[in-house]
Amino acid sequence: MVLIGRDAARLERIAADLKTRGAGSDIRAVTVDFLDPEAIRAVADDVAQTAVDIVFIAHGMLPEQDACQNDLSACREALEVNGVSPVLFAEAFARTMEKNGRGTIALTGSVAGDRGRKSNYVYGSAKGMIERYAQGLQHRFAGTGINVVLVKPGPTDTPMTARLKDTGTRLAPVASVARRIARAIDKGVPVVYAPCRWSVIMWVVRHLPGVIFRKLDI
Amino acid sequence: MRPVSSWGRLDANLHQVVSLRDQADIRDSVLEKEPGIAYGMGRSYGDVCLNPGGLLWSTAGLDHFIAFDEATGVLTCEAGVLLEDIQENFIRRGWTLPVTPGTRQITIGGAIANDVHGKNHHVAGSFGDHVRRIRLFRTDGETIDCAPSEHSGWFSATVGGMGLTGLIVEAELQLKRIDGPWLDTETLAYGNLDEFFALSDASETDWEHTVSWVDGLSGEWGRGIFMRANPVGGERPGPRKVTLSVPFTPPVSLAHPGILRCFNAVYYKFKKYRAGRAVAHNVPFLYPLDNIREWNRAYGPEGFFQYQSVIPRETGKDAVHAMLDEIVRAREGSFLAVLKTFGKRDAVGMMSFPRPGVTLAMDFPNRGARTRALFERLDAIVMQAGGRLYPAKDARMPKSLFEAGYPRLEEFLKYRDSGIASGLSRRLMES
Repeated sequence: MVLIGRDAARLERIAADLKTRGAGSDIRAVTVDFLDPEAIRAVADDVAQTAVDIVFIAHGMLPEQDACQNDLSACREALEVNGVSPVLFAEAFARTMEKNGRGTIALTGSVAGDRGRKSNYVYGSAKGMIERYAQGLQHRFAGTGINVVLVKPGPTDTPMTARLKDTGTRLAPVASVARRIARAIDKGVPVVYAPCRWSVIMWVVRHLPGVIFRKLDI
Repeated sequence: MRPVSSWGRLDANLHQVVSLRDQADIRDSVLEKEPGIAYGMGRSYGDVCLNPGGLLWSTAGLDHFIAFDEATGVLTCEAGVLLEDIQENFIRRGWTLPVTPGTRQITIGGAIANDVHGKNHHVAGSFGDHVRRIRLFRTDGETIDCAPSEHSGWFSATVGGMGLTGLIVEAELQLKRIDGPWLDTETLAYGNLDEFFALSDASETDWEHTVSWVDGLSGEWGRGIFMRANPVGGERPGPRKVTLSVPFTPPVSLAHPGILRCFNAVYYKFKKYRAGRAVAHNVPFLYPLDNIREWNRAYGPEGFFQYQSVIPRETGKDAVHAMLDEIVRAREGSFLAVLKTFGKRDAVGMMSFPRPGVTLAMDFPNRGARTRALFERLDAIVMQAGGRLYPAKDARMPKSLFEAGYPRLEEFLKYRDSGIASGLSRRLMES
């Protein structure tokens, strides 16, 4: 198992945790600049020296919508971290995986990517990009042994959403979301909402007529 | 700020909650800020884990394992790791926590801070007996590694120290070899307290786990069901996993005296009828309520108290007798009433609850002044019998009873961290 992140100490802590839980003794931690295409390519090629079976791309940040509207640098950062960077990772691994002809690439989109909403559309548009990208990748690998899984979590209890807690937002527990993601990767499901109820909620949100949708304060 | 309750749901005061996720968070959030208290799973019943209007350090994110030695069974982990995590991971690898309380949904930090005990106290002591080292982060920035043989004063103050000696960030635990998740159990009915004590004494040498449910409501006080168990090896098909939950808080407590009397009578008869030997999985036997998520809601919007005392053996029988008498007369009491004898050993912690004697734990729906008046009568019995109450379960004991029950309080206070305070510490220790 290879953990790719930005902070070596945090990665080592996770590696030790996984080892202790019995996830195998060969766990490597690699740090890289997540916005540098050359570095991402180099890491992917290095990791893929031994065949990669599953790539799970799960990084992101939750920007303040106001900050994105008032500060274009913040807006660009939100788009790059949540949209561009995951795509670069997926693309880098797609090339190596194509050679082997098998494996799974799982990308983390979001329920926020399903329809632009005034409260969170910059983050949402980056996540929407992940969805369109995953769709293309699924098309590209159709009929091969490579699965592309798009995960769309609802608000989940992670460090990213810590500040939502005081606003009373209902956050799903990490363990149940993770279990659902792991099962989707095992089965190679193209799109999975986690928890499950979001598939219903977002179906409604996507299909609301614009006249009604624009009146909603969401 | 957001409302936070403990397990008893007696109130939901606003707290400023800071999530601790790693070392950097700990330094930034804990260092010389206003007083706070560590909050893990909120499974203690009263205000030992709360700090109304103030700061709470949520330790749920400190949930990483650090190392495990397969040869010796020594596990190092962060303070927010759950007992459930350890048991689920290690029992299948042949190791178990030597002591667990009636729920696995608590953190290691909380288990140490309250020096929790289990059904095997007479053979294994309490949780603190199996802790090899604790890493404490003090709010002045100092880190103290304490162990039974190193900084032993700090160790003994921290085990059972209610989180008041510093933030517990890491611990090293001694796990115990085990053959698997199964228990050879025996269920017996007893008709009165004499029979209970006879059964307890007779079971101490040959049975690892002993516990009993006592019917504290029917006129025939003192009857109950005695359960004992030993680990047993062998492969068996896993138990059916049924998780129920109380989906919402009913407008009134379901623990209505009439319902309860019926429930207790039926439960007693049923268990008596089903008495005998059986092999059971450890989870339903040791943690029966973990399968009903949020069962604390059943007591309604006013919440509930748990009253848990330990009474020295010499005065134990009469005191338990007297307490059950008061409870029956008050027509209070509830489903959950546990009676167990503790082994003849002193706990590691200065403020640990377990001591040789007999412990009675009962839930009481909060009916305001009426419930508190009953507690005052129970307090008098505990006080006179030389017993004490369990701070992890407490939301209201008088200072005098606390001081009488915990003779090492003065010594303990020297180890307190001035940057840490809880509802309980303000109530019982003046700061």
